[in-house]
Amino acid sequence: MSSQPKEARVSAEPNEQSAASPVATHVPAPADRAGAREVRTVAPTVAIQDLHAYYGDQHAVRGVSLTYAANEVTAMIGPSGCGKSTLVRCINRMHEEIVGARAEGTVTIDDADLYDNDVDPVSVRRTIGMVFQKPNPFPTMSIFDNVAAGLRLTGRRGDVKDRVETSLRGAGLWDEVKDRLARPGMGLSGGQQQRLCIARTIAVEPDVIIMDEPCSALDPVATLRIEELIDELKRDYTIIIVTHNMQQAARVADKTAFMLTGELVEFTDTRTIFTNPSDTRTEEYVTGKFG
Amino acid sequence: MTTIAPVASRRRRTDRAMRGVLLVCTLLALVPLVFVVYYLLEQGLGALSWSFFTSDPSGRFLGDPGGVRSAIIGTVLIVGLASLLAVPLGIGIALYLVEYGKASRFAHVVRYFVDVMTGVPSIVFGLFIYIVLVLSGIGGNFAGWKGSIALALLMLPVVSRSAEVVLTLVPDSLRESALALGSPRWRVVAKVVLPTAMPGLVTGSLLAIARGAGETAPLLFTAFAVNSTTWNLGNQMNSLPIQIFNDVRQAQSNIVERAWGAALTLVLMILALTLLARLIQRRSRIA
Amino acid sequence: MEAATIQHGGRPDTGRPPPSRLPDRLLRWGLTGIAAGVLVLIGYFFIRLYLESRPVFSAYGIIDFVLTDAWIPSKDRFGALPLIVGTLITSGIALLIGVPVAVASALYVTELAPVRIRQPLIILVELLAAVPSVVYGLWGVFVLIPKLKPAEQWVSDSFSFLPFVGGTVAGPNYFIAGLILAIMILPIVAAISREVMATVPVEQKEAALALGATRWEMIRMAVLPYSRAGISGAAMLGLGRAIGETIAATLVIGNAPQIADSIFGQGYTLAAVIANEFGEAAATPTHRAALIAAGLVLFVLTLVINFVARYFVNRSQRAMTRSVPTGMAG
Repeated sequence: MSSQPKEARVSAEPNEQSAASPVATHVPAPADRAGAREVRTVAPTVAIQDLHAYYGDQHAVRGVSLTYAANEVTAMIGPSGCGKSTLVRCINRMHEEIVGARAEGTVTIDDADLYDNDVDPVSVRRTIGMVFQKPNPFPTMSIFDNVAAGLRLTGRRGDVKDRVETSLRGAGLWDEVKDRLARPGMGLSGGQQQRLCIARTIAVEPDVIIMDEPCSALDPVATLRIEELIDELKRDYTIIIVTHNMQQAARVADKTAFMLTGELVEFTDTRTIFTNPSDTRTEEYVTGKFG
Repeated sequence: MTTIAPVASRRRRTDRAMRGVLLVCTLLALVPLVFVVYYLLEQGLGALSWSFFTSDPSGRFLGDPGGVRSAIIGTVLIVGLASLLAVPLGIGIALYLVEYGKASRFAHVVRYFVDVMTGVPSIVFGLFIYIVLVLSGIGGNFAGWKGSIALALLMLPVVSRSAEVVLTLVPDSLRESALALGSPRWRVVAKVVLPTAMPGLVTGSLLAIARGAGETAPLLFTAFAVNSTTWNLGNQMNSLPIQIFNDVRQAQSNIVERAWGAALTLVLMILALTLLARLIQRRSRIA
Repeated sequence: MEAATIQHGGRPDTGRPPPSRLPDRLLRWGLTGIAAGVLVLIGYFFIRLYLESRPVFSAYGIIDFVLTDAWIPSKDRFGALPLIVGTLITSGIALLIGVPVAVASALYVTELAPVRIRQPLIILVELLAAVPSVVYGLWGVFVLIPKLKPAEQWVSDSFSFLPFVGGTVAGPNYFIAGLILAIMILPIVAAISREVMATVPVEQKEAALALGATRWEMIRMAVLPYSRAGISGAAMLGLGRAIGETIAATLVIGNAPQIADSIFGQGYTLAAVIANEFGEAAATPTHRAALIAAGLVLFVLTLVINFVARYFVNRSQRAMTRSVPTGMAG
């Protein structure tokens, strides 16, 4: 089921490095991929241990443990309300920003515990960037200022210009916007806005990027560009992507986790989960028996 | 190996300092409330007595200055008539805007001017009624009902604005289902829209009445003020705000004491209306 | 309704008369009439105020009336400059003190306060608006003026190098009036600011937080820029209130038709002069006309300010309903 979209993707992407590029890391061979890229920056491993998350009395995530491997793309799939978004929002401690929400358990990035008492959630979010479902550039800021927004928080001055360019190039947006950096970010198309948000996220040099259904508000062409970008980004980052679109998970992810009613049902190679799942619930979900 | 770099202490300090500033400002905003209430109770409670409520101002500067009976009765009557005028008209305007005008250009203009009317100073309303009704000599000179009209003008936009908000909250599905049954629009308004919105309309109106009750300026040269009690809105009429206004400007301590007592009475009346409004609002939310 | 006489699905005509359309029309046009009445009323206000104040305008000319520093009713001379200046000074002080406090408290309530105390805080701030103007005046005269005078004198002496500061502090003065006006405009400025801030999309705030912003940085990055127009509108509405506020100002500004050289000097405002002098003026046509002219200036001033304020508030409300364009090619 995943091979067809794959073909479309390759043809839409003529400048992609050829399939000959060798697999030069500990990254396991991706599920269905013409060629994995090499790791440019070694990103950290993120491990979740017995995580519980609540909204008031509602128990949204029920004791999930899993490890996101470094420089890999891990997809979180499952029907809506299964807790996948809540889970990833616990990783960068955004979950606790919601009124009445709390989380218990351990999340480590390499060996540092993110829920340690003396860890400031603000610094966690600096290390773990996030891209949201709806493109959310700051409406009052220009394209340039949007990308520089995070940089300015830490008071970097000198290299802001270079970093903005690097980030926009990294997000594959530079050529489209380099002549109108002073124009408002809201003037871009939806897909461009989302890539602007990705540029804004990578500008602060996080180690991990969480993407919460980053393409759900975009059309197929824009979606494809983001997916290409994700493939590119994993050379530098560990990437966690929440998606309700199984084809997308199959296209971009090395590993896939399937969640149901707050619990982790299955977590394995993307290819395995879509071709030979060990749990019948996974099988039923990926074959579209329920949604 | 990733380590989580702590937030720069400068940023953390700024964050903490600004949170502190915002909290302090919030408390600062409440300081006047505490002090006003404190002094109202301290100075006003002593003035309250049976005779305070049952005697008219004596008009004497020496000796017993008398109570505020005429002022209380005047306020109740003037505000009562003002409410009778402002509440139906205000709700009428809101009904027009929500049920008929909707997004039409005329409705926009009306909405805009109702908004603008909320910003017109109360003394200008008083001045206007003075010119139109007092200067022209219609129905005599100063009169309670003229004060009522001035107050009604002031309350009208407040009623209308809050009623519009409440009426917009009535779900369209309710209207449509009634219309689909073949009811004419007026019946839908009377039998579905108004009853559904009633608690909210009452709340908004009570709050507008509470606001009107405390107004002094529109009454200054419309209802004027006399010391003796009258039940006739065609006469000049005393009211609590005017009584306080006049008493403040007398330096005698017993008259000033009456001002504090009258102020406490007025604030309690307004508070009662406000509380009643909030109670009804809460009821409607539960329902 | 048109279909009322048509037979539906073979249902026999019951012979019931069609529902009358008359009540509907009556309601529609009645309500339209009431609404139109508001417009007529405001126009009528303006015309009547203008006609009644014409004796003064024809004697002095509008420009001279507004720009002459001489309000001497006993000599039948009416130049409204000291009143206008007094109005602007006191309103300016009110904005300077009231708006920052109101906006800060709105930020605290919407972004920082624990959820449980939000509603109580809102109700307490709203209660400030429930206190009548005349009660603030009473409190100002007998509490604020005597209690603050030593502090004012100290400021006046210590900071006399600043412009508009120095000299002997008068009991009732511009500053006291401005302070009371600040308290009185606080609830409305805070309420509108809260409304505007509450509409800042969660996505904007989360975007800032996810970048590693602290709470305050999130407020600066997402909340304040987004609600700037609305807050300006709120401040303008506050200004309109402060300018028109009558009774409290009358009681604490000193009612001296002069332009004091210090903020601790006595002055007068447009609204105060009307409230204060109307009793005596009713019998003298020019004096009365001058007061009505003062009312007209006040009316026009507040109208203009409110128009501008509504423009800002409406614009920010429109910005709120505009959503991020989605589904377009990247």
